Amino acid sequence: MSYQVNGHTIEHDEEGYITTLSDWSKELADEIAKVENIDMTEEHWAVVNFLRDYYDEYQIAPAVRVLIKAIKKEMGPEKGNNKYMYELFPYGPAKQACKIAGLPKPTGCV
Amino acid sequence: MSETKKFLYVNRKAPYGTIYALESLEVVLIGAAFEQDVSMAFLDDGVFQLTKGQNTEAIGVKNFSPTFRALGDYEVTKLYVEMESLEERGLGPDDLQEITYEDEDDDWEEKPSIRIVSRTEMADIMADQDVVLSF
Repeated sequence: MSYQVNGHTIEHDEEGYITTLSDWSKELADEIAKVENIDMTEEHWAVVNFLRDYYDEYQIAPAVRVLIKAIKKEMGPEKGNNKYMYELFPYGPAKQACKIAGLPKPTGCV
Repeated sequence: MSETKKFLYVNRKAPYGTIYALESLEVVLIGAAFEQDVSMAFLDDGVFQLTKGQNTEAIGVKNFSPTFRALGDYEVTKLYVEMESLEERGLGPDDLQEITYEDEDDDWEEKPSIRIVSRTEMADIMADQDVVLSF
């Protein structure tokens, strides 16, 4: 199973998470988003970039409750809330946004 | 809502070579969602888990030591390290990485999560728990 980006083949697991984290690129993120039926806006990118920074620093994808709390702190309560995040990523912010960000599935996410 | 219980995760093994340390950390992160009173204890070779400047490149496994610094986000803010275990291995508090949490009840002030305790104090901490899980 794989995504096709600029003539490159990028492997993913049965749920769509890429298997080699260093394969990630912005073009790949757009491709994964397309498969997830998400139209990437600036607001989506802000969350995806936040997740990538978090992973870079702590080596884990945060649980959704931790993600929302951290976004609230960084970007304010109008963005750091469940409603806003689920509007951006209807199938779960941690799950879908992590997939697009090229991270592993969040720890404890089934 | 049911009553909060005190959970202590006891870590006695070095970070790499076996899966215990990483599994313990993952269980703590998952368990943190259940809003219990969670703390971690590090003794014997477990104190090596918190040492700073870990580099796992040569053994080809992920260096998960930065993940301990995320524990504060999960409201795990008590990491007890046994002084005697450090000393027996030629280590001191300065050999451990800095781990902090933001105290919600004190204007989000950053406070250290690592608490160095003696063997006697560690025994009291263990005796005070509802659940002790050993890794």
